[in-house]
Amino acid sequence: MSEEEEEIRIGVFVCHCGSNIGGYIDCKSIAEWAKSLPHVVFTQDNLYTCSETGLAQIKKGVNENNLNRVIVASCTPRTHEPLFRSCIQEEGVNPYLFNFVNIRDQNTWVHQKEPEKAFEKAKELIAMGVAKAAKLEPLEKIIVDTTPTALVIGAGVAGITAALSMANQGFETHLVEKEAEIGGKLNILDKLYPTNQDASELLKSLKKRVNDNTNLTVYTSASVKSIEGFIGNFEIEIEQNGNVKELTIGVIIVAVGASLFTPTGLFNYDGQKRITQAELETLLKNNQVESSNVVMIQCVGSRIEERKYCSSVCCMVALKNALEIKERNPKANVTILFRDLYTPGTYYEDYYRRAREAGVIFIEYAPEKMPIVEDNQVRVHNEYLGQDILIPYDLVVLSTPLVSNEDNKDIAQMLKVPLEENGFFLEAHVKLRPMDFATDGVYICGSAKWPVDITESIAQGYAAASRASTIISHSTLEVEGATSSLPEYNRNLCTGCEVCITVCPYKAISKDENDEILIQQVLCKGCGVCGATCTNHAIVIRHFTDDQILSEILAFGGQYDGV
Amino acid sequence: MTQTETKTESEEWTPKIIAFLCNWCSYAGADLAGVSRIQYPPNIRIVRVPCSGRVSPFFIIKSLMDGWDGVVISGCHPGDCHYISGNLVARRRFGIIRDVLEFFGIEPGRVNFMWASAAEGERFAVLIRKATKIIKELGPIKKF
Ligand SMILES: Cc1cc2nc3c(=O)[nH]c(=O)nc-3n(C[C@H](O)[C@H](O)[C@H](O)COP(=O)(O)OP(=O)(O)OC[C@H]3O[C@@H](n4cnc5c(N)ncnc54)[C@H](O)[C@@H]3O)c2cc1C
Ligand code: FES
Repeated sequence: MSEEEEEIRIGVFVCHCGSNIGGYIDCKSIAEWAKSLPHVVFTQDNLYTCSETGLAQIKKGVNENNLNRVIVASCTPRTHEPLFRSCIQEEGVNPYLFNFVNIRDQNTWVHQKEPEKAFEKAKELIAMGVAKAAKLEPLEKIIVDTTPTALVIGAGVAGITAALSMANQGFETHLVEKEAEIGGKLNILDKLYPTNQDASELLKSLKKRVNDNTNLTVYTSASVKSIEGFIGNFEIEIEQNGNVKELTIGVIIVAVGASLFTPTGLFNYDGQKRITQAELETLLKNNQVESSNVVMIQCVGSRIEERKYCSSVCCMVALKNALEIKERNPKANVTILFRDLYTPGTYYEDYYRRAREAGVIFIEYAPEKMPIVEDNQVRVHNEYLGQDILIPYDLVVLSTPLVSNEDNKDIAQMLKVPLEENGFFLEAHVKLRPMDFATDGVYICGSAKWPVDITESIAQGYAAASRASTIISHSTLEVEGATSSLPEYNRNLCTGCEVCITVCPYKAISKDENDEILIQQVLCKGCGVCGATCTNHAIVIRHFTDDQILSEILAFGGQYDGV
Repeated sequence: MTQTETKTESEEWTPKIIAFLCNWCSYAGADLAGVSRIQYPPNIRIVRVPCSGRVSPFFIIKSLMDGWDGVVISGCHPGDCHYISGNLVARRRFGIIRDVLEFFGIEPGRVNFMWASAAEGERFAVLIRKATKIIKELGPIKKF
């Protein structure tokens, strides 16, 4: 591209997103209207701009009209910006000359009952987007070296699977476990659905593979103390027995699992005669179940106002343990009180069928009429009979949910990743990036994300490892080019006040030997705090420059005048 | 400005609000409100910024001078900023700017600083409803 002023030629593509946008506002007329905006030389509406056809239309639009700025008005940049950026890059347009206008997640979806207003809003947002696009500048990504090492936090079945997979691909892998033993819940479980394999057997074979692997280092009774740095080059401190070990790590996988819920105060829980499924597993493991009248209660502490989610494993756990009790003592009476029974998939329904055949009794209860656990009997209201049923027991087993770990917050803070409302880790996107965090180079698997069983934990362990290896299987990687800079032409504006040095969270700014401000591009993450603090506007935040943001502000009151 | 004034006469006046949202928490929270179909007033126009710490006082003053009736700045909760501490710098900055605005005779309620995480679609909508109500009650911005 020549250094001279190039004519700005903007193309605007308005996406219907099926009926998600097109069902509320008239995308065709918006595209037509956008032609009137400054610098816009081409517009088009597409049924799905992100589809094969849509992308081909963008490419055609770019080529036939010599577009050097492209705008897509559609869903959200958080999921689709990379796609459109690479699309225009393939046509020789710098990816930073793409601008996204969000007219779905932040418009049609939140103003469904006010389509006329959503229509006006979409136009204004596009006007703002066009104004910014005109000011965009091409940028180059920065190339950094990567360290081919991985850190896995948490050695349950998910973490072990991920760590083994990384190590087997030849990466130096570090597995940190806070307990004295690896294995997580496998340590407390008896048999495992859907194969009825002994948990101890699975654990033994996993431990052997861990021990035999020379690329894998395990730290038990250990914790991650601090995490600094960025993708490809995290600086980690691991603490074990009071010693601190420092490591440089390329990628991080979070596999801290979930915690057991203690149902204190619920259904007269006492840990003796009225226990949880987890406690029952231990009894079964040690052959200590002698009860002949067992009542299990499902959804204890889950699917309620304060904990709305379904813990996903408890139905199967109850069926598994009910069958196990029946097998050991066919004369035992086992009753399962449930709200709904979920046994999805090809194997799981079979457990339900077998449990019925074995004589396990199922009684539905309604959340408005909770069962009452009395001293030696459980009272449950049956809607069909219109009366209470009394079931004698010598053991009550409560199916309680997996809940998030209390210390998730600490890990989330170190990694700068979010938690969802129940305290589980929140992935970047549930469908498009299910194993990734929004923070580059950090991945998630297993029940740390939400309750899942072992089969799913293993699948997720592999998935996270394969995502992570895409980063460190290359010796370099590209990082964001949208960083801050002190351009030559602004040097004279700098008064040397050093406020930028104090506010920079990454210590990316310093003074060189000539007492001049120096910004280290690789360390800079582009937050823009220095630029916003610089009293003389000397620092430029690339891709979010003062000029670009002002153009958005002014598009409303300035150039843009209403229709 | 002309637009807002003419509207006062014809239909019920509603404010124009510019919302600077950090990319990592609040912008994602606003998306989540959409994914969850949580409805809120159509008065805000969102400007995506990397971090709430990117929002300079200059943007806020410019917005109000340019005829926006109110400004929202939303970032990650304290401790959750994607850039460690950008939001804390922002918080300090906005403590000051509200005072300055008041000194110039601009109601501090026109500038609303808030936190909303990527998981808080509902909270985002609630805060936007609240900010819209406050700014609406203040009426159209005076030219200055
Ligand atoms: C009673 C019960 C019965 C079950 N039965 C079955 C079954 O039959 N079949 C089945 O498929 N599933 C079953 N499950 C589900 C199964 O337990 C989970 O799917 C599995 O444990 C998930 O593995 P994970 O690695 O995600 O988590 P976990 O097993 O919880 O492992 C997480 C590990 O991370 C460690 N950790 C936590 N925080 C940190 C930290 N900050 N730093 C370092 N390490 C940390 C923990 O100590 C733990 O070792 C059952 C669950 C329960 C509660
Ligand atoms: S990234 Fe959200 S406030 Fe800094």
